[in-house]
Amino acid sequence: MAVGIRTQDLRKVYSSAPPLGAGGGFIARADAKGGKQAKSEVPALNGLSLEVFPGEIFGLLGPNGAGKSTTVGVLTTRVRPTSGRAWIGEHDVWQEQALVKRLIGVVPQRPNLDFSLTAREILVFHAAYFGIGSKERNERADQLLEKFKLTERAQQMVRGFSGGMMQRLSIARAMMHDPQVLFLDEPSAGLDPQTRILLWQIIREYHQAGRTVLLTTHNMEEADALCARLAIVDHGHVIAVGTPGALKATIPGGFVLRLRFGNQTPELLERFQSLAGVREVRSADDMGVDIYADRGGSLIPEIASLAASSGAELSDVHILEPSLENLFLHHTGRSLRD
Amino acid sequence: MNWKTFFAMLARDAHVARRNAIQLLMQTFLQPLLFVFIFGRVMVGSGYMPAAYKSLLLPGIIAISMVFTGIWAVAMPLIAEFQWTREIEDRLLAPIDVAWIAIEKVIAGMLQAVVAGLVVIPLAWLVLRPGVEISIGTPFTFALIIVLVAAFSACGGLALGCSINQQHIGLMFSMVMTPMIFFGCTYYPWSALKTFPVLQKIVLINPLVYASEGLRATLVPQFSHLSMTAVLIALFFFDTLLLILGLRQFEKKSVS
Repeated sequence: MAVGIRTQDLRKVYSSAPPLGAGGGFIARADAKGGKQAKSEVPALNGLSLEVFPGEIFGLLGPNGAGKSTTVGVLTTRVRPTSGRAWIGEHDVWQEQALVKRLIGVVPQRPNLDFSLTAREILVFHAAYFGIGSKERNERADQLLEKFKLTERAQQMVRGFSGGMMQRLSIARAMMHDPQVLFLDEPSAGLDPQTRILLWQIIREYHQAGRTVLLTTHNMEEADALCARLAIVDHGHVIAVGTPGALKATIPGGFVLRLRFGNQTPELLERFQSLAGVREVRSADDMGVDIYADRGGSLIPEIASLAASSGAELSDVHILEPSLENLFLHHTGRSLRD
Repeated sequence: MNWKTFFAMLARDAHVARRNAIQLLMQTFLQPLLFVFIFGRVMVGSGYMPAAYKSLLLPGIIAISMVFTGIWAVAMPLIAEFQWTREIEDRLLAPIDVAWIAIEKVIAGMLQAVVAGLVVIPLAWLVLRPGVEISIGTPFTFALIIVLVAAFSACGGLALGCSINQQHIGLMFSMVMTPMIFFGCTYYPWSALKTFPVLQKIVLINPLVYASEGLRATLVPQFSHLSMTAVLIALFFFDTLLLILGLRQFEKKSVS
């Protein structure tokens, strides 16, 4: 029976160095551990509540630093929340840790493979930690090595593996004990397109076997391709939840035209509003306008002539097709890649 | 308590130790054996040291080997795994309470320390003989001391490994290990400090003093040594203290 995930009003305030379990950059970490600098409070989660239904692929979408990895950290017993609660199935993550750890598999953002072991040993020992018998764990290890195209490197120490190979092995390891819920933190970051497609295929297969998958990403294409539902996260809380389709439907129009002017006037904004197909006009920064509209390129001549007639100088035009990227822009006023 | 997980982690550590056996042996035994050779063989042979020094030296060398091995075996992987490679996350996510992961590390470190202690005895004996007069009069007391010393080294490794930053490893050796060894009554008995009464009192905060003196009491009781009761109480106290400290630091490190 599939297992769901729930969090209620999670808050997490880091009082000093970036966390081990929350995927901070490790160079910065080593520096930040000096203990000399004044402690500053960094809120990472700010009342994050969400529910992932049993057996769905759910995506947490947001820019770097939005709180995605910290959320995964809390749900996987690696980051203790300052307040709020989290459940895997019926089990409170912070009261039944050992039990929860049985139900979950975790693929971290940065590989944390056991460098003292070979690829195959990593899988076999992982299964042993979960109490899987000798025969079964050896068979499963061979199957997964085959599936992730690592059989040839099975007997090698992982120190010399490429980033993509380490990532594949991390995912194989997370699947060794056949967890009910699989967490993947930025699974395709740094993967070549071919491996990414292999990964997506494997995630879909895993999901079809009745498992729940929670992945974090700032890749729209990935969220769109894999997730049944998405939560858009920014500044430590959820700003929108729904299926990718439903979320995209909430963007007025669907197209976004990002215009930049040398100079602009309030009247100009009003005049844009009256163009056919324009749903919403938002002033962005001092010199910019974001127009949400039903159509994209065909609006440009009209915009250009309106601008010219009111003396505004159009300096840049960027047309965004309907996508989750626009959705993020619509909700936060910022691009995902900012 | 999930014993399967616990033993699987122990098996992992044993596997890794076996793989690195040669390196571990060199690391553990080269320095004490050179010391034994120079002081026990060269200095005694040339008449600068009395022959009895051979027997006096041996328990101290065993203590150093054990303590060094235990601290190294637990602290170094923890420092690297927590701060750099994060390898430990694999075990932090195993279905077991995190405190047991720390205890597993302690047990693994203790086993290595015991092996180091038991291997250095015949090796040192080979280098030193003839003229070493060691006797294990009371095997039970000897075993108890060995276990307590091993526990002290492994718990110390846990506490240090979870408290020290990667960039301070060198400092750990020069500021903690070196003074501990030199003021640990390893190369001389505690009674030899009687001409430095203040120092003699101060070194009593060094747990290695009790390790050396305890081994001296069971292996070469003909030399003066601290009372066995004091040694047992002190070792037990330091084991407990370092274990509690180490567990607290481990839990702090393992959850952010």
